[in-house]
Parts: sequence; C-alpha cells; structure tokens
Amino acid sequence: MDVLGFVNLYVIPGLVLGSIYAVGAIGVSLLFGILRFAHFAHGDLGTLGGFLALTAVWVLGLQAIEALPLAMAGAAGIAILLDRLFYKPFRKAPSIVLVMASFGVALILRSAIQLIWGAESVSYQSGIQRPIWILDTFRIAPRHLWILGGVAAIVVAVHVFLAHTRLGKAMRAMSDDPALARACGIDTEAVIRFTWAIGAALAAAAGVFAGMDVHIHPSTGWDMMLPVFGAAILGGIGRPYGAIAGGLLMGLIEELATAPLFFGASLLPPAYKSGVAFAVLVAVLLVRPTGIFRGKLF
Amino acid sequence: MSTPLIQALALRGGYGGNDILQGCSATAAAGEVVVIVGPNGAGKSTLLKAMFGMIELREGQVRLAGEDVTGLGTTELVRRGIGFVPQERNVFPSLSVHENLEMGSFTARGDLIRRFESVYALFPPLAAKRRQAAGELSGGQRQMVAMGRALMLTPRVLLLDEPTAGLSPLFRAEIFAKVAEIGRAGTAIVLVEQNAREALAIADRGYVLATGRNRFEGTGAALLADPEVAASFLGG
Repeated sequence: MDVLGFVNLYVIPGLVLGSIYAVGAIGVSLLFGILRFAHFAHGDLGTLGGFLALTAVWVLGLQAIEALPLAMAGAAGIAILLDRLFYKPFRKAPSIVLVMASFGVALILRSAIQLIWGAESVSYQSGIQRPIWILDTFRIAPRHLWILGGVAAIVVAVHVFLAHTRLGKAMRAMSDDPALARACGIDTEAVIRFTWAIGAALAAAAGVFAGMDVHIHPSTGWDMMLPVFGAAILGGIGRPYGAIAGGLLMGLIEELATAPLFFGASLLPPAYKSGVAFAVLVAVLLVRPTGIFRGKLF
Repeated sequence: MSTPLIQALALRGGYGGNDILQGCSATAAAGEVVVIVGPNGAGKSTLLKAMFGMIELREGQVRLAGEDVTGLGTTELVRRGIGFVPQERNVFPSLSVHENLEMGSFTARGDLIRRFESVYALFPPLAAKRRQAAGELSGGQRQMVAMGRALMLTPRVLLLDEPTAGLSPLFRAEIFAKVAEIGRAGTAIVLVEQNAREALAIADRGYVLATGRNRFEGTGAALLADPEVAASFLGG
C-alpha cells in the first residue's frame, strides 16, 4: 500500500476517531480533577447528547452539526440535575461511593434512552456521502471534516476558558487544592456545577460526533468508555491538555493496529480493534501510571 | 487600645469528638500584631482555624468587629474581611504567581490592578516571577505568594499559620519584617509561630497556649522577659 493510501485509509480515520475520544476524555479528566472520581456515566451522557441532537434533527430539521450546541446545552442542564440528585449527597463520601453512584446513573440514562428513542441504531442523515479530495491528495468525508473542525473549535474554546477566564482559573485552582480554594473564598459548589456543565457538554459533543461518524445507538457512549478512559489516563488523569493528546493517540493506535503495515499483514485482525484500547490502558498503568503529562492521584 | 477587631472567646472544640481547644481565647485589634506560641499540640493552629470557621465549636464565640460570626462558612468570612494563610499547601502549584493572587481576589468585583500593584510592591521578588508556576518557587517565595494572595482583598484581619516554617533564617527575618509592615498598615494580624522568640520580637501582644488553654498573655517584650515563659516555652 502506498503512503497516501495509508494516510487516507488509516491516519485520517484514526485522527477523526481520536478527536472524538479526545473530546470525551477532556470531560473525564476535568471531572476527575475537580471531583476526584472516575465518572462512569460519562459515556451515557454522550449517548444522551447524541439522541438530543437526533431529536433536534427530526423536529427542527437541522443538520447534526447545527444541532450540536442544543445537544451540548441539554446535556449540561441534565448533568447539573443529576449532580444535585445523585452526586451531591455523596460529596463527602469516599470516591468509590461516587463511582458506584455513577454506575447507577449510567444504567438509568441508558434505560431512559432506550425507552424514549428505542433500541435501534439511527443515522442523522440517510444516503451516501461522497468523500471529497483536498489538494487532489487527501480523501476525507465531509462529515469527518465537520468532526475535525468541531473538535478543534471545542479544544480552543476549552483552552481559552481554562487559561483566561476567572471561572476556568478557579477550576484549575480547585483541581490543585480544594481546601485552599475554599480558604480563598471560592464558591466551590458553583465551580462543581460548572464543571458538570462543561464535562457533560463535551460528552454530548463526543456523542454527536460519534453519531455523525457512523450512527447513534443507546450503547454508543458506553462502548466508547474504555478508549475514552484509556485516553484520559494515557494523557495523565486530571490534565485536560493531556486528554487531548491521549485521545488523538488512542484513536491513531486503534486504527494503525489494524493497518497492513507488515508486508501487507496487519498487527491485529480488525475484529480485535476494541481490545487495543484495553491493551494501551494496561500498558500505561504498568509502565507510566501518571500518563504523558503526569496526572494526579495515581 | 481600641476594641479588638477579631475576638475568639472561650473556644471549646476540635476534630471529631476530640476537644483540642479547652476554652482558650485570643483577640487582636486593628493594626495589632498578635503572636500565638506554645508547644506542639497546644492547639495553636486549631485556634487559628477556629477563627476562620474551619473547626466545629461546641462552646465559645468568634466575633468580628463585635459581630458574632461563629459558624459562618469560610466564603462568608473572606467576604467579611478575614484572610487566612494555611501552613502547608498554601499556594496553587500549577497556577502562575499572578493567577494565585487572582484567586485571592476571587470574590472581589471591579478594578483589581491597584491591588496587584500593592502586593507586588510589598513582595518585589514576585513581580519578576508573575508568569511562573507557583509550584516552581522556593519556600520563601511561596510564602510570599500565599500572603500576597490573602492580602488581595485588603482583609481587616489576617490569620497566618506558621509562615516561617521550614525557611532559612534570612527568609524568616524577611517574612517577619513583612508581617510587621502589614500590621503597621492597619491590619489586625494573628500569627501562630514555632519560631517563638523571633515572632514575639515583632509582636505587640502574645499568647502562650498549652493543652488548649491560655497559659500566659502579655506584650511581646514582657513574654520574652518572663523567666517562667522562657524556661517552659522558649527553650530556656
């Protein structure tokens, strides 16, 4: 296979997949940094976002990408409500209690999604999209361009928020030291609510992008949890910038593991693709548990 | 002396069911530097935390400018003009010096440029390192960041928990000089210290605490001159 074919068939799809993981992993990492627990309902929040967008596509006749802000806002509101109902009562409990609570929330969300939208796979758009050629060299589907552009915009927005706004800095401060943040007079509950809103909005974006990439299904988000957590840990848990790198790497590794790199043979048959994230996760935890950017608490 | 700005009156309480404070009191007036010394486990830091609403009190009262503020949360106390600098973990390591100061003014509205300028004027070494992560600074510089952060809201009362712990004698002298300077500017300062002699030297008044109770009280000079205090609490 020539180099261009390799780029078009494996590297570009790997980057698309990786950028979806990255958006999910930023949210996981932010939430972990502030609340110090692994949020297992994150994927299902993403699925919820995907179906909220689907509803907007059906009812308002929007394109999926146009429905994205609505889905993000809807998921953010629901996450604040979920926090109030299921997580806030356990704020002072050991983190394992919150992890278990999030498992419960994950089941609730998935079941509710199946009840409301059904258990089938649905596409935002019917028919075949023709890929376009860029500079007569790179072949990329329009929806992949939208995903890459959308992710880039989100990453820039998250960076500006964390580096330049008062609330973003307060989130980083609280991630550094919650007790000191309180001693500064920072309203930590407000910061927590905002973190949920942002984390859920990012999860919803990942869900919508995953739906645009293939289709949306009640287990779309849950199925992404392994690579998304793997990406967050690979980048260094609690480090949002690490999550971006971890996500892109995870997507690339998954795609390249099935590429015919070895004299026409691939490292793994495509059926084993979903095991790659698990292997990466185990390898990171064994070799460098703090991840690339030296995450917290591991 | 004017009426005390901050008053801790007959406090009893601690962590869980264990009363570390056994009815001890301390007060500080505006512009007064009050030092609390005593052996390890005397309850010095606990008394300071109790003044900042971080300890559950079973008895006693904390008053700010005559008003009962017992049981108010830290956010409210910061808003009312109390600044607190904990002993350890008192900076946000991944935030820059400037961002650390900004967090100190989180509850403030409006123009903060003058506040930043006055903190940088008080601690000139920080001005040169304002973009550097606080976690990369030396111990003495971190202490400056921590104090500067607490000063961003121009508090009426500043509570300092062992600001010179682990610092070299040179940095200790510098920090004590800054504390005295902040006091002269009109802030009521309550300072808990292990380096008792140096601290009492800059103190207007001091308290000696033991097992959660007040043992001695007087001007800094009087406590330093008291042979009993010196023999029991200042290492002879």
